[in-house]
Amino acid sequence: MKQIDLVIIGGGPAGLSAAKMAAESGLSSLIIERDFKVGGQLVKQTHMFFGSEKQYAKTRGIDIAKILVNDVLKYPELIEIMTDTTVVGLYKDKVVTLLQNDKYIKVQTNAIIIATGASEKVLAFENNDLPGIYGAGAVQTLMNVHGVLPGQNVVMVGSGNIGLIVSYQLIQAGVNVLCVLEAASEIGGYKVHASKLKRLGVDIKTSHSIKKAIGKEYLEKIVIGKLDDKWEFIEGTDEELVVDSLCISVGLSPLSNLLSMIETEMKYVSYLGGLVPLIDKNHETSIENVFVAGDVCGVEEASSAIVEGYLTGLVVAKKLGFVHPNYDELYLDFKDQLQNLRSGPFGEKLRLGLEEIMR
Amino acid sequence: MNKKDVIICRCEDVTLEDLHNLIEEGYTSFEEIKRILRVGMGPCQGNTCGQLVQRELSKFTNTPINEVKTHKVRPLISGVKLKSIVEALEDES
Repeated sequence: MKQIDLVIIGGGPAGLSAAKMAAESGLSSLIIERDFKVGGQLVKQTHMFFGSEKQYAKTRGIDIAKILVNDVLKYPELIEIMTDTTVVGLYKDKVVTLLQNDKYIKVQTNAIIIATGASEKVLAFENNDLPGIYGAGAVQTLMNVHGVLPGQNVVMVGSGNIGLIVSYQLIQAGVNVLCVLEAASEIGGYKVHASKLKRLGVDIKTSHSIKKAIGKEYLEKIVIGKLDDKWEFIEGTDEELVVDSLCISVGLSPLSNLLSMIETEMKYVSYLGGLVPLIDKNHETSIENVFVAGDVCGVEEASSAIVEGYLTGLVVAKKLGFVHPNYDELYLDFKDQLQNLRSGPFGEKLRLGLEEIMR
Repeated sequence: MNKKDVIICRCEDVTLEDLHNLIEEGYTSFEEIKRILRVGMGPCQGNTCGQLVQRELSKFTNTPINEVKTHKVRPLISGVKLKSIVEALEDES
């Protein structure tokens, strides 16, 4: 069986940052990535990020991915990367089983960082399986990774930051965005993103949602309606729109099923997106030497995932006897950065959610 | 709403009608429903349908959604050919 000091599951912003910090401390690791390349969701983010310089603010997501990947490639002796590889089993004695091109591989490790991220939530409405109905993330992958347009006339469901940003990117790509629907009475995302859309004449319809999709072989039309304060459709407010694509952006949910598999203590916290593991201040779960970083322990921005990755990599290395020369200074700095990223009114629900999962 | 056109689990093609019929028969836990409808047993392992089923159970049983349990997750999380497992064993010995 293959022996590795540290297995990092997921090669997105959290996983890459964790590997870098572990390597700086002298600890070797194996990054396992399901996709054909590392970088996670950052590889399809063409917009510039917020935050501070330490989290690469004012840099486009795709360029942040390059920075993080290059950092990891500086340690070829310490960091191994397996792409096109899925973790199929996780066991309490820290055996990880992998599948790479039909090859089944067993790995024995001392510590695990689970950085699997999150997946898109879906909506239940009539004909929600028609071709032409996408998750916003899928649309970003199609457009920004593969250069394929999803359609010509699109309606976006959800006005969180992802919904707003992807709507803007659709317009940049020459697609007609008819409107953005938001079930709540207020726009979910940052005003700066919403304003960009409004300046381009895109209507953001609050208290509205998708009622049903219509089409034979593929999406041809949708019916939308106005919602009352209990989120029920108000009769007589139906409106039919001719579209060939519908983009669903109603939030993300942590990809925490590997943690459930080893019976980590978990809790459903809606502010964090769903089922998340209980963690201590160093991101260790209820199972010793199993750590988490990034969206898997609460959906946030990529900037937080990067810092959580650094923090976790630093801490895990120390626990396995590899202390970073600047441990104390870095530890405080990462904690401080996370606090800053979560400050302000937009971070309120997140802070409450994170309090709930502290062990 | 036409419940038979609302897809809850796209891996196993389960509709809202299928789900409601079972709930009305008295199956009100994810594990029971999984055994009959196979929700959570397809390629996505409940990542898509999990929250939708949770919401329907929450509504029907009048339980807050955070108290509605989802299914037990077991290895292996995706399809692995027996051939691959045997070959890995041979490599080890």
